[in-house]
Amino acid sequence: MQIPYIVEERPDTGLINSKLGIWIFLASEIMLFGGLFSAYVFLRLAAPEGDFAYWGSKLSVPMATVNTLVLISSSVTVILSWASLKMKDFEKYKLYMGLTLLCAGIFLVIKYFEYTGKFHHGIYPSSSTFMGIYFTLTGLHGLHIVGGMIVMGYMWLPIGAKQWETDPELFTNRVETAGLYWHFVDLVWIFLFPILYLL
Amino acid sequence: MGHDSHHKEENFIQKYIFSVDHKTIGIQYGITSLIFLLFGFSLMMVMRWQLAYPETPVPLIGNILGETGILLPEIYNSLGAMHGTIMIFLGIVPLAVGAFGNYLVPLQIGAPDMAFPKLNAASYWSYFVGGVIMMASFFTPEGAARSGWTSYPPLSIFESGQTMWLIGMVFLITSSLLGSMNIIVTIVQLRAPGLSWFRLPFFVWAQFVTSFLLVLAFPPLEAAAVLQLMDRVAGTSFFLPSGLVYAGSTVDVYGSGSPLLWQHLFWFLAHPEVYVLILPAMGIVGEVLANNTRKPLWGYKSMVYASIFLGFMSFIVWAHHMFLTGMGTTMSAFFQTTTMIISIPSVVILTSFFLSLWGGAIRFNTPMLFALAFLPMFGIGGLTGLPLGFAASDIYLHDTYYVIGHFHYVVAPGTIFALFAGIYYWFPKVTGKKLSESLGKLHFWPSLIFMNGVFMPMFIQGLAGVSRRLYDGGQIYAHAQGVLQWNEFMSISAFCLGAAQIPFILNIAQALVIGKKVGRNPWDSTTVEWSAPSPPLPHANFEGPLEIYREPYEYSVPGATKDFSPQTIK
Repeated sequence: MQIPYIVEERPDTGLINSKLGIWIFLASEIMLFGGLFSAYVFLRLAAPEGDFAYWGSKLSVPMATVNTLVLISSSVTVILSWASLKMKDFEKYKLYMGLTLLCAGIFLVIKYFEYTGKFHHGIYPSSSTFMGIYFTLTGLHGLHIVGGMIVMGYMWLPIGAKQWETDPELFTNRVETAGLYWHFVDLVWIFLFPILYLL
Repeated sequence: MGHDSHHKEENFIQKYIFSVDHKTIGIQYGITSLIFLLFGFSLMMVMRWQLAYPETPVPLIGNILGETGILLPEIYNSLGAMHGTIMIFLGIVPLAVGAFGNYLVPLQIGAPDMAFPKLNAASYWSYFVGGVIMMASFFTPEGAARSGWTSYPPLSIFESGQTMWLIGMVFLITSSLLGSMNIIVTIVQLRAPGLSWFRLPFFVWAQFVTSFLLVLAFPPLEAAAVLQLMDRVAGTSFFLPSGLVYAGSTVDVYGSGSPLLWQHLFWFLAHPEVYVLILPAMGIVGEVLANNTRKPLWGYKSMVYASIFLGFMSFIVWAHHMFLTGMGTTMSAFFQTTTMIISIPSVVILTSFFLSLWGGAIRFNTPMLFALAFLPMFGIGGLTGLPLGFAASDIYLHDTYYVIGHFHYVVAPGTIFALFAGIYYWFPKVTGKKLSESLGKLHFWPSLIFMNGVFMPMFIQGLAGVSRRLYDGGQIYAHAQGVLQWNEFMSISAFCLGAAQIPFILNIAQALVIGKKVGRNPWDSTTVEWSAPSPPLPHANFEGPLEIYREPYEYSVPGATKDFSPQTIK
């Protein structure tokens, strides 16, 4: 027997399975990053006066600002790629999804230069509690970017995108689900940027 | 997902190993977790030998413990940490949620499968990998983790074996997340037509609330595990304060971290975890009680509301594990109040169970015996928790054997008895064969007696002030001398409890080989799973579309021809 409500919405809940699934997954992700943000607050309060601000001043605000703009752009393009599918324009989808992947790639490259710059100056996670939480939070966020790139890359490359021919509605739903995840990853960065770089 | 899987012939590996059928995955979870339960129990029996007969060679397995055959202190600590870890994360949660939840939730709501079958398989295999890593840690040069199942820093940052434990935990947490996400979506989306929320069996409600606890409480522990891993591997000091001295020298780290941070993050999971252990058990007991009293559960709706309230409250009681950490009286007062409040919904549920028995035509079969035993055993566990919930009395009882007695009454004769009840009750559905009643009773009565033999004396020892972490069971402490004789009594009870599980294993073996074949509804039950064939059809469960017409427990309806009216029949 076919599992119901994969493509069409269940009338009384108004949801498809994958959309409810991704929201619950995101709720757990909020608890994961929420736990780490609480740890940040706890550690900042426990640290000597000015310790976090001192180490925080060693981070590169321009690089992080560029990265913020890059990620926000990718959030826009991922929406446009989904909207293109809704308007049955597969070529536009390829373009916008490609741009999303490009933005994600740029973000990681900039992050790579930030990390190696720190290592070059002898700054490691063990250098201070601030640096520890900086590397942990941004590292975990970076892993989320990589995870999103794997999923969206699969849907961009012919191996995954060929589903557009066989089951366009399911494919569109998948892109939407991935997009919701991508917005979350973006949102985490919106929180990380001020608490790590600006405070 | 699963678009055409039922059209193709499946080969052996697709059908039994990497299956996406929720029933196969449920059975995989069940077998794996029962093996882990037995293994975790065996670790405890080795520890109990040392406590009863300190520093004498352990029989049977002494030669693998070293030349003398005596259990060394560091191995004792490993066994203690791994007993807790295995019983909770590899035994009971996978059995209660992975096995029972996976197998029964789709059946009880009349669904063909879980909402995400592939995710379901991923959840099992993630659990399996986590289990392998935990087991493998015994054979590494460092040995298994030895900082307790709570892994409190600073000790856990320096003790060997902890890295493997943390990596294993990340897999187990991932598995729980995938599994519980799936259960929530399945319950919301795949209920058969007519199965409104208040027609759900209590078991499904219990699984629903449990899954929310897992989804929301486990990630902070994952965060904590990542931080502790960084402390161990990358040299950070999230949990290490400045100027910490270890093994005679100052630890060379940046410092300014806090060991209390770990405790907060850990107990933010581990308190809801208690309800993850108990809620599915309550769900099972509800099903078995209604069926064997032949009347509806008393106060079904209050029980549903109570379990939702319980789930909510369980997130704001965690620091009652930390009254002695010096976090301050204001915090203690808050958490002591919430702890007292959370006992109310538990009492609502337990009282409803007791009142359900009133005026019932009770059938004393094996599942019912286990379910009935659950009630007073969980009652003892719950009531002995109250003195621990008050900050003042907790100062005296904290970290004594009293605590061990308390939570084992909740989980061992509580949850595990309920799980046994569930196994006896649903075995005919899963295999099409019935377990033997006489072997079942031979399993039940000794288990009940020896469970109490193991755990009741712990209250006596704990009230005398015996610490729970003593390698020699308290031999060298003057205040423990008066209660030392109980050590041998508890250990012999534990060995007998182990022997009492032999009829259970024999029972399953004989039922599979020569068991009596049963029809689809051997217990004359009302809930939906009993209208499917035994075992239910692969990838479909039911023969055709279902419609639900009734409340879950319509037993002995006045005017009906039979004493049960199934939910699927108009």
